[in-house]
Amino acid sequence: MEDSCTLPASAVACIAERQDSILTAGKTRARIHCADDSLAGSVSQRACVFCGARVVLNPVTDAVHLVHGPIGCATYTMDIRGSLSSGSELYRNSFSTDMKEKDVIFGGEKKLTACIDEVVGKYHPPAVFVYATCVSGMIGDDIIAVCKQASIRHGIDVIPVESSGFISGNKVVGYRAAAEALLRLIRPKEGETIEKTQKINFLGEYNLGGEKWLVERYLKEMGIEINVAFTGDSNVAALKRAPSACLNLVQCTGSMHWVAVSLEQSFGTPYMDVNFFGPENTAESLRKIAAFCADESISQRAEILIAREMGRIRPMLEKYRSKLREKRAAIYVGGAYKAIAIIRQLRGLGMEIVLSGTQTGKQDEYESMSRLLSEGTIIIDDANPAELEKFLIEKKVDVMVGGVKERVLAYKLGIGFVDHNHDRKDGLAGFDGAVRFAREVYVTTCSPVWQHIRTPAYEDVHS
Amino acid sequence: MLECVPEETVSHTTGKINPAKTCQPIGAMYAALGIHGCLPHSHGSQGCCAYHRMHLTRHFRDPVIASSSSFTEGASVFGGAANLKTSIKNVFTIYNPEVMAVHTTCLSETIGDDIPNILKQAEIPEGKVVIHANTPSYAGSHITGFSNMCKAMVSYLAQSDGVVKKEQANVLPGFVNPGDMREIRRIVSSLGIKLIMFPDTSGVLDSPLTSRYQMYPEGGATVAEIRDSGNSEVTLALGAFASHDAADILQEKCGVTGIPLKLPIGLKATDDFIMALKDWFGVEVPGALTLERGQVIDTLIDTHFHYQGKTVAIFGDPDHVIAMTEFALSMGLIPKYLLTGTPGKEFEATLNKMLEEAGIQESRVKADGDLFDLHQWIREEKVDLMIGTTYGKYISRAEDIPLVRFGFPILDRAVHPLMSVVGYRGCLRLIEQISNALLERRDRDALDEDFELVL
Repeated sequence: MEDSCTLPASAVACIAERQDSILTAGKTRARIHCADDSLAGSVSQRACVFCGARVVLNPVTDAVHLVHGPIGCATYTMDIRGSLSSGSELYRNSFSTDMKEKDVIFGGEKKLTACIDEVVGKYHPPAVFVYATCVSGMIGDDIIAVCKQASIRHGIDVIPVESSGFISGNKVVGYRAAAEALLRLIRPKEGETIEKTQKINFLGEYNLGGEKWLVERYLKEMGIEINVAFTGDSNVAALKRAPSACLNLVQCTGSMHWVAVSLEQSFGTPYMDVNFFGPENTAESLRKIAAFCADESISQRAEILIAREMGRIRPMLEKYRSKLREKRAAIYVGGAYKAIAIIRQLRGLGMEIVLSGTQTGKQDEYESMSRLLSEGTIIIDDANPAELEKFLIEKKVDVMVGGVKERVLAYKLGIGFVDHNHDRKDGLAGFDGAVRFAREVYVTTCSPVWQHIRTPAYEDVHS
Repeated sequence: MLECVPEETVSHTTGKINPAKTCQPIGAMYAALGIHGCLPHSHGSQGCCAYHRMHLTRHFRDPVIASSSSFTEGASVFGGAANLKTSIKNVFTIYNPEVMAVHTTCLSETIGDDIPNILKQAEIPEGKVVIHANTPSYAGSHITGFSNMCKAMVSYLAQSDGVVKKEQANVLPGFVNPGDMREIRRIVSSLGIKLIMFPDTSGVLDSPLTSRYQMYPEGGATVAEIRDSGNSEVTLALGAFASHDAADILQEKCGVTGIPLKLPIGLKATDDFIMALKDWFGVEVPGALTLERGQVIDTLIDTHFHYQGKTVAIFGDPDHVIAMTEFALSMGLIPKYLLTGTPGKEFEATLNKMLEEAGIQESRVKADGDLFDLHQWIREEKVDLMIGTTYGKYISRAEDIPLVRFGFPILDRAVHPLMSVVGYRGCLRLIEQISNALLERRDRDALDEDFELVL
């Protein structure tokens, strides 16, 4: 077993077909192979359509999220992301039809109907999202029809989410399923008109660690009010008012770009990409929003806010910068927009980026990412642990920014780690978030615990 | 907080609200990790594999590696045979494990993939092993999946070389932490008995940091050991739900006597485990173990007034709840609510008998339940303490009841997978946790004039 414990170098070149999914940034402009299905038999970090749909919709706080399938899908997604709520906590509960063998054989529609009736009777939610899973999709349960009837019966929105896992191994397809469900929810009733207001929507913001609240504070100071966020700390009534906004901000483009385009087509609401990760991105985004409002006083207030906050956090960031300068960082996150924002932030802390990759990046996103990176940086799509391990060691990485599965891998290799995914507990957005992010990078990169593995045990230090 | 349970009692008859179980494949994956050099393989959509790895990683805080057949729509329509064959080829070429342990998912089961047949047609490199377990997510729970993978180990690997058996014991440890498996090994070794334990995740999911990532860590039962389990005199099967079936198959297949036991959690269950070994092999119990036992009794006496007569809700996996209830009764606690998400009449029968013998009435016992049920019971009548998994934390907060974390999964605390709850040392740990939980509550609630230095 010895030899196969760590992968032999030859095997780390990995599956031949994977070679096009790994690039080195530099002068050659090779195109990365991405957004492809993972190979059968690979140890992929990727998830499924259901997972994508679930993370997007789950933060709708006062809805019942009912998973139509065997128990696992509901258990693994119970209260999975740190989306905070200022109102209802209903979304943190896990509802499942708990399909059994008999339901698989005879169909699960009856049980689904009964479950909807039961939860509506118990909780009187304003809406129920019904998620399809592999099995309910495979046996052909008509969840659209069941939802339609339930909707009529209860007089509330019962919305099907077509998220059967096997449709694709790419979460992005699940984002789309969630987006369609959201559009179904906010579509005004026939004859109903929704008047435009001066408020704006904030798409692709999930209020992890209260990040939506932070941005909301900035905008309020500038004199702008958020109508509703998709979907962090949102509720059904607020989402239904989405068409009244005068502008849609889009943060997580992977999950919400399509929604923004649809909202523009249906309601004529323009959209703009923003990004609140890192002080520069935050300042840039606030200025863009102010410019859109074409109101001198808003722009002035934005500049005052930016100058004040920048001045306030600069010394704090400088303190971390002095400790982190020239440390080597690796990034492996879900989407490319996040990777790009993190690259800028780590650069700002004086660090060197030696690896950057995503689970679901697209061709053009990889191109803009590669333009940001210096020569020799590894760019990777849908990495497996063996590939990550190889490059983390080869590139002598000090700290990695990633998600839950990468944490333990980094630790085992003796590398620091920062979660920039569902498991993060502190808001990392905005000016304050930039300081918290720097602090997290510092804590893990410069912790004294790494000394224990760099010093061999039981050796006399004096000899 | 989670005020998910209405004020008045309502009926809950269909589906699950806040589950107390999860699906079979994750149990099969965990069991497979207890084979040395094994890559678990999930035959289904990628999401299943990703979720199981993430869930196990959150509990153990160690890397969990498994491959997936990466089903797409095509595979789902035409069957997964091609995906599985490609997977086998890729897995051995790239990841080079000794063993590949395939488990099915709800998707591949619904499609009806005939795994044994596919395996017959697949190219498996010489000297390598592929085993499989059927683990449809729509039946049983993660414990059933664990049990099914243990059965697969026996039916694929165990062999009997003849009628004469070796003087060695098999232990099927059940779905417990690597720290527990380590403790079981220590106890059996201290009795001077040769042991084959499978699965064995010690050294796999509690491995030390070496700054070198090992895809296949040092631990785990080797294929040679599992083969040789067919030559052992006896199998101690710990836990009715996780281990008894595999022991039955081993008895049938190789003539190894199976002794069904509880998980050795608590004084009596640990005594029973040690007595079974002592009786079978005619060994003496070493002084060191007797000393540990004495310490447990001494500690029980030192602490009994902290918990005597307190009511407790115990929930989680069936084997854990059964053993913990036995221990709780022997401590003088009153098990008020006993619940598992895993279906199985045996759970209710065993516990009702236990309660009856202890003369305790008006307790509630439920298999195939969920945390809505538990919360509703607690709403009707409160308990002093909860013992169970992390999922109980919402009820614990909503109803202001201390929670001792016990079982799987524990997603919000560290170190527990390395600390054993089995054996006499496990007894000490549980007594400490239970009494501390109650004493901390007492300190927290004490008025200034009642707040004392010595408790």
